[in-house]
Amino acid sequence: MKKTNRFSHLYTALIFAFLFAPIAILVVFSFNEAKSLSVFSRASVKWYRELFRDSVTLASLKNTLILAVAASLISTVMGTAAAVGINKLRRKWLSAAMDTVTNIPMVNPDIITGISLMLMFVFVGRFFGLATSLSFWTMLIAHITFCLPYVILQVLPKLRQMDPSLPEAAMDLGCTPMRAFFKAELPEIMPGVITGLIMAFTLSLDDFVISYFTQGNGFQTLPIRIYNMTKKTVTPKMYALATIIFFVILTLLLVTNLIGDEDAAPKKRKTRR
Amino acid sequence: MKKFAAILISLCLLLSLAACGGSGTAGSSGSAAPKRLTLNVYNWGEYISDGSEDSMDVVREFETWYEENYGTPVRVNYDTYASNEDMYAKLKSGAVSYDVVIPSDYMIARMIDEDMLLPLDWGNIPNSEFVSDDFKSLYYDPDNVYSIPYTYGVVGVIYDANIVDEADAQGWDLMWNDKYAGNILQFNNPRDAFGTAMYKLGIDVNTTDPADWQRALDELTAQRPLVKSWVMDEIYNMMESGEAAIGAYYAGDYFTMLDAQADSVDLRFYYPDPTNYFVDAMCIPASCQNKELAEAFINYMLSEEPAIANAEYIYYASPNRLVYENEEYIEEMGEEAIEILYPGLENFQEAYNAYAYRNLDPETLDRLNTLWETLKIS
Amino acid sequence: MSRAEKRQTAAAMQRAALAPYTVWAVVFIVVPLFFIAYYAFTDDNFAFTTRHIVRFFTATSEVVTDAGAVREVRTYLLIFFRSLKLAVISTIICLLMGYPFAYLISRASDRAQKTMITLIMVPMWMNFLIRTYAWMTILQDTGLINSLFGALRLPTVHIIGTEGAVVIGMVYDYLPYMILPIYSVMAKMDVKLLEAARDLGCSSAGVLRRVVLPLSMPGVISGITMVLIPSISTFYISQKLGNGKFYLIGDAIESQYAANNLHFAAAIAFIFMVILLAGMALMRRLTGQRIYGGA
Repeated sequence: MKKTNRFSHLYTALIFAFLFAPIAILVVFSFNEAKSLSVFSRASVKWYRELFRDSVTLASLKNTLILAVAASLISTVMGTAAAVGINKLRRKWLSAAMDTVTNIPMVNPDIITGISLMLMFVFVGRFFGLATSLSFWTMLIAHITFCLPYVILQVLPKLRQMDPSLPEAAMDLGCTPMRAFFKAELPEIMPGVITGLIMAFTLSLDDFVISYFTQGNGFQTLPIRIYNMTKKTVTPKMYALATIIFFVILTLLLVTNLIGDEDAAPKKRKTRR
Repeated sequence: MKKFAAILISLCLLLSLAACGGSGTAGSSGSAAPKRLTLNVYNWGEYISDGSEDSMDVVREFETWYEENYGTPVRVNYDTYASNEDMYAKLKSGAVSYDVVIPSDYMIARMIDEDMLLPLDWGNIPNSEFVSDDFKSLYYDPDNVYSIPYTYGVVGVIYDANIVDEADAQGWDLMWNDKYAGNILQFNNPRDAFGTAMYKLGIDVNTTDPADWQRALDELTAQRPLVKSWVMDEIYNMMESGEAAIGAYYAGDYFTMLDAQADSVDLRFYYPDPTNYFVDAMCIPASCQNKELAEAFINYMLSEEPAIANAEYIYYASPNRLVYENEEYIEEMGEEAIEILYPGLENFQEAYNAYAYRNLDPETLDRLNTLWETLKIS
Repeated sequence: MSRAEKRQTAAAMQRAALAPYTVWAVVFIVVPLFFIAYYAFTDDNFAFTTRHIVRFFTATSEVVTDAGAVREVRTYLLIFFRSLKLAVISTIICLLMGYPFAYLISRASDRAQKTMITLIMVPMWMNFLIRTYAWMTILQDTGLINSLFGALRLPTVHIIGTEGAVVIGMVYDYLPYMILPIYSVMAKMDVKLLEAARDLGCSSAGVLRRVVLPLSMPGVISGITMVLIPSISTFYISQKLGNGKFYLIGDAIESQYAANNLHFAAAIAFIFMVILLAGMALMRRLTGQRIYGGA
């Protein structure tokens, strides 16, 4: 028993080390004096100072976050509802069609999704005689579209894993169908919903190709901004930004864990055997 | 549910962090009685002095200047692109309208061909007289109707003097020298890569002769075993850290690498002959919503302070007399930089028209691409 | 409401829940599809042609290896299979690394689970380009690993520019997408089933094989789908970590787009999409599991 514990701890640690190695590089080089991402000259906080004066980058960060939050929330709600519906489909052809259609955004390379959506928006825009067919909303639509398959793909296995008698029991005990869903089904599939949400958020945060083709005037997101910097050079300023984001998230993690603790304590006492 | 709430709180906190950093698109605030104008500018990334590292924030300054001089508040939406092709795709599709765009020469030629640009009203751009005549009437805009140059540059070879012998550092041969196998970098885009081979062989880079293209391919195939990496922006990292010792890139970018090079690396630069010349110029797309405002912006960019600030920030050469004749600018850049950036060509127009990339016809473009694939997939 | 009525209402409501997504899918997935198909099957003058489609399958190149040998290859088929190969290798490694990891996390305490799951996603919130640059700094010949080896007087390793580097980059980017779905299914696995199996005499390995594996299969299929499919069209990682030496299907589409050959780019994408969708449908048939479909 002891051996497996040590091995499992080692293995987990190794995987985390792998996942966080580049982050360590990021943090270190954000304090680089030189404008380089590969040669460390001296320690300096100059890029942090630069970052806070760079209102364009900060604005693009804000845009990215707004977009990511909106896209992930909407796609999670719509995706979860869709998963519930798909799970109940009886007709084979409909099920297969749904399957295929949902796969498409995941199958297509970003550039194709981006261009095809752009062309469609232009087509609609021309119909309404607009000079600019793209805006925050077209970008949001695009983001929701590529997030949906991932959400559905997270929630469906949980639905299939769930014991169908649970919501039925709830209904038998007096719940309306709606209530039964929220009280019995949703908590069971919650891990899938949460991971779907996190994935959607991540995908939206990182996308630049599709964003580029669906953005309107004046709403640049961070990935686009960084990608467009590469014609010249990406400076450690971006590393500084990434470092700040990283530490903010880390702090939030600790905070939410503390909230979670108060939650977990009474539960633990109950399930003690 | 608690977890959900926690996540939401975290996201809100993140948002507020970003918000306190200020909004990049805030123009003049308050309830201005005159309606606020909007100007949509489309430019390369990192291609304007934007206020970082104590430089002038040209876009903000323009907004202030315009309001002071014309009484109307202006908001500039400044968007960027990473390549001419990306910009072309957006504009061609009609998806977005921009008022000012700054493409490269061959792309301007294509856009003029396809009626995507508007003729400029020089009456509204008096500062255009400060642009040297050397840069007017170039091949892509021979009658000087649609564009006014913004920057120009020449491709050169960058090498690490600690690894490369001085005697070898000449011409394009250095990039094919097998003494330095595994230390050479080549452009990771078809036009530029084939360009280097064609300049080396003395072939016209705009040739339509398939045999010429094949010769260039053979040359690149011979070079391939020596190439460490095919690069675009990675060249900075690789040259600075000494990962590679030889590569071709633009003069201004050499200085960026020079600034950041590792202690073990000693970067030098030279121009082979012939080499590629490029010009990026300001234009007004056909989808422009406010032509006079656009022209005012272009005029502003050509005025002394912004032009110098841009030239210093971007580190590329400026065709604007107000810049290259300005003593403070010359001093700020330093002797070596001025010498390299402004090579003092006898007849720039002649060299440029002979060696710059032109818009290739679809068949040749397709051939170039197919040959590039052949090169890359073996 | 009677029991039967409730059940019916519930079922009807659940099917209705599909409505918003159906509308969305038709407008934003199917319609753009027509644009792709439209471009794929027309030429520059927008007249119908199958020229581009045919080109994908029949285009050949006379490829010259560094050694001087010349051979003829089917250009785009070769590129496709190379992309597929790298994607499959990366997916398998992701699975081998991710599966035990997901299992170990699911056995940890509630609090540890929550923390670890978020920690896994955190690297993905660092911008994609930045992460890749950081990997370059680690893997380069003058990078961190080699600096470390040099300090320890070990011989230097050449990682960057090899397929290995590209696989490392791809595994790194997609590992969380493998771990999360598997974990999500394992987390709610009934512990009693495992205990029962052990009580009935199963060894640890047996429990794993006969109970855990089958139960976690939906998550595994999910994970494989989310890693394999997008990674075939990867191109940025192969450019940066592969030193531009691996020309993949993503690069091919990029190239054609940059060369203003939007029609051919669309054709490549169209064929690519059909192949993958067909492949997924086939996998569905064979494994008897629907990727999205209901029970």
